[in-house]
Amino acid sequence: MSIVTPELGLIFWQIFIFGIVLLLLRAFAWKPILASLKERESSIEGALRMADQAKLEMQELKAGNEKLLAEARMERDRILKEATDVSNQLIEQAKNKATEEGSRMIMQAREAIQNEKNSALAEVKNTAAKLSIDIAERILRRELADQPAQQQLVDSYLQEVKLN
Amino acid sequence: MKRLLLALLCFLSFSVYANEPTATTEEATDKKAFSPGEMILHHIGDSHEWHFATLGDEEHGTHFTIPLPVIAYRSAQGLQVFSSSKLAEGKVYEGLKLEHEHLVSEDGSKVYDFSITKNVASLLLSAALLLIVFTAVARGYAKRGSGAPKGIQSFFEPIIVFIRDEVAKKSIGPKYERYMPYLLTVFFFIWFNNLMGLMPGGANLTGNIAVTLTLAVLTLLITLFSSNKNYWHHIFATPGVPKPLLPIMIPVELIGIVVKPFSLMVRLFANITAGHIVTLSFISLIFIFQSIYVSPVSVAFGLFINVLELMVAILQAYIFTLLTAMYIGGAVEEHHDADYQMGGGDGAEPAHAH
Repeated sequence: MSIVTPELGLIFWQIFIFGIVLLLLRAFAWKPILASLKERESSIEGALRMADQAKLEMQELKAGNEKLLAEARMERDRILKEATDVSNQLIEQAKNKATEEGSRMIMQAREAIQNEKNSALAEVKNTAAKLSIDIAERILRRELADQPAQQQLVDSYLQEVKLN
Repeated sequence: MKRLLLALLCFLSFSVYANEPTATTEEATDKKAFSPGEMILHHIGDSHEWHFATLGDEEHGTHFTIPLPVIAYRSAQGLQVFSSSKLAEGKVYEGLKLEHEHLVSEDGSKVYDFSITKNVASLLLSAALLLIVFTAVARGYAKRGSGAPKGIQSFFEPIIVFIRDEVAKKSIGPKYERYMPYLLTVFFFIWFNNLMGLMPGGANLTGNIAVTLTLAVLTLLITLFSSNKNYWHHIFATPGVPKPLLPIMIPVELIGIVVKPFSLMVRLFANITAGHIVTLSFISLIFIFQSIYVSPVSVAFGLFINVLELMVAILQAYIFTLLTAMYIGGAVEEHHDADYQMGGGDGAEPAHAH
């Protein structure tokens, strides 16, 4: 059967032409095509990986922001608390000072009052002594006119005085 | 590029209406009797001229043929190149003549026939087509870089990626890259030639045993040259086989080396040739019954077979490529990949501890 008998000529041409086609296609088609495919695949993979990384970074950023926000809130609370404390302290201090000042002023007033009182009393005493002396003088002056009564008075003084 | 392809297709489908009825052949001794067997064999066989159609009678009608160059070598005369038209219809030229499409010398000396036959011409055409198409595809990649493919590039890219990912990577493994050019070339060579063979007037190149033999031998050579120690170890000391059986196993394995490419050769040859024979048989029915009323049946069945052949064209290309990849994969396989089979001939311990 002729169809199952391979012919030498065709085998020769097949090897020759197929070989040339193989070499040419390898150099000018398959290598660049496969390289481009590989490059594209790696670039897609890279892009995907970068997207993932960006997502991760975004998450990190978000978490960082939240942390920052929480810190800021804490800071605010702390500052508020401090301010309240300081103001309370200030008020307390002012109160204390005022009380102190008040009591000091009351003391001063009391001292002044005492002094005034003392001087007033001294004056009253002086005035009273002067008045009594005046009165006594006037009485004496009237009494000295009356001899017997004078005698009687002297006598009464003499009786009161005890000689020891 | 597109215009070139169009021109080629036009050229090949030139004789679409006239091709099949060229039932009678030059060899037909009795031109009254139609011999389908002879017609079919003539169609699937090789020829020294590219015959498209014959209008009218075999002897007096007009033949539409393209004469092809005959290249013959004889030790006495040396290399001779002349047109095949000088040998047409049994003519003798410089002591050479065609006997059933075989070039023989009148004096009986040995002739080495390197003619550009119909198959070689078709081979050259397909080579040109492959080069044009795939350099165009490569240009697409050069132009668009790693951007989205376009045009002819986007048509072939999924196929190339399929061959790479589903055939080469899965069958060969990590070393697949070295074999990609061969696998891709074989795949597209077989596919393109299958399709060209289906075109009216096209040559039955992939259904020629010389072509499939060459491809199979190439696969065998690549397999043998890329085989590693482990491959030969499996052949000469198959793991798990008791030593007394080795004298039987070694010849079996050695035959297996040859049988694999032999099956490749026969499979492609038989599938493509069978398709052509079946199509031609249906068309022959018209001439056997000598009635035009058979033609709807012939056309319907012929069309069905032709569409089936379109599928077979890519299927056979795929099978040839896949099996080639698997044979190469078996040859380059590393030791530990092959350990799943045959549990211990020497005890319960695993064959290979890591």
